[in-house]
Amino acid sequence: MSSAENIQTGADMPDAGMLDVAIHRGGGGRPSAIQHYQVPRQENQTVLDIVSHIQHYIDPTLSYRFACRVGMCGSCAMMVNGEPRWTCRTHIDRVVEHNSLEIAPLRNLPVIKDLVPDLDPFFDKWTKAEARHHPSASRHQPMHIQPPDSPERQRADANIECINCAVCYAACDTVANQPDYLGPAALQRAWTLLNDAKDADKEAIWQAVSGGDGCHNCHSIGSCAHYCPNELNPMTAIAGLKQQTVRQAFSLTSVLKKNRND
Amino acid sequence: MLQEYTAKKTTHRQHAHARRRGQPLRYAFVLHRLSGLLLVIFLPMHFWVLSLAVSDADRLALFLEMTHNPVVKLAETVLVGLLAVHFFGGMRLMAFEWFGWPAYQKTAAAAVLSVAVFIAMLFLFRTL
Repeated sequence: MSSAENIQTGADMPDAGMLDVAIHRGGGGRPSAIQHYQVPRQENQTVLDIVSHIQHYIDPTLSYRFACRVGMCGSCAMMVNGEPRWTCRTHIDRVVEHNSLEIAPLRNLPVIKDLVPDLDPFFDKWTKAEARHHPSASRHQPMHIQPPDSPERQRADANIECINCAVCYAACDTVANQPDYLGPAALQRAWTLLNDAKDADKEAIWQAVSGGDGCHNCHSIGSCAHYCPNELNPMTAIAGLKQQTVRQAFSLTSVLKKNRND
Repeated sequence: MLQEYTAKKTTHRQHAHARRRGQPLRYAFVLHRLSGLLLVIFLPMHFWVLSLAVSDADRLALFLEMTHNPVVKLAETVLVGLLAVHFFGGMRLMAFEWFGWPAYQKTAAAAVLSVAVFIAMLFLFRTL
């Protein structure tokens, strides 16, 4: 029997039962519905394997998104049994309940089709939060040397491993209740850049993160940190922003006073 | 072979959102918000009762008579618990957001709840 057939039937797995997989389908103006699929259970099976099996062998009309399959690209996140997860690195043994799984598109985002969320609002907020590098030198100038063990580099290193998977954004109740809130991922990147000695426009970041949609909306519920697949802690980064924006506000007042005196 | 898997498709109405599970700090938030709202309702009533001391002493005496009822005592215990949850929960949040302390928020939230229950029980045994 070829390996392809093995995948299809699970014939080489005497104990492998069938999983009942409920998938939220619809989006993009189509009527939404939950469809159930029976998928053969295998050893070492991830949630992404399950979705791929359905798309390959049962229902080719099912849409989903993935790329690297090894937890680097951040494109395969979905709601699994009500919790946001990176599906390529989520073994079904950890999430299956009563031999069934419920898979839905990421929360807090519009759905393009089936399990494919529209990430535009998510990335628009990164721009809004000024969570992008503001260069301090051009390519014609000598390279800035930043030793890896310097305190400046260490500060910027915290939370740098974000893969933009939007799991924290889907987990965030504040985003759910206030759609304009910039969200954990964008604010965390802004915090990283504020701590980066090589970023040249920190004032723009301060302005962006301290506004009405910024860090002070956060209720420190901490779902971002709880669900982050890379075990980052956006809640702590946002708490850092809160502290520093308050400090900044006081120092701005002193700057204004100084200007008035001059 | 394909039919084997396609046969069992069924269709249901979709929920508005995929159901969402909690994590400990989410329950801490809900508890903090609920206790805050209930205290907002309680405090005006509390001040109104206090004002009876100057405006209508007889009515106040009648009200105080009512507070000997065990049901009222139980309600008071809950109220003390809510107050403690909100007070210590607020301290936890301020300590975290202003000073970044402590790092172990789930443990801190559990400690807040334990202290609140302890204080409410203390009140209950003292009042009985």
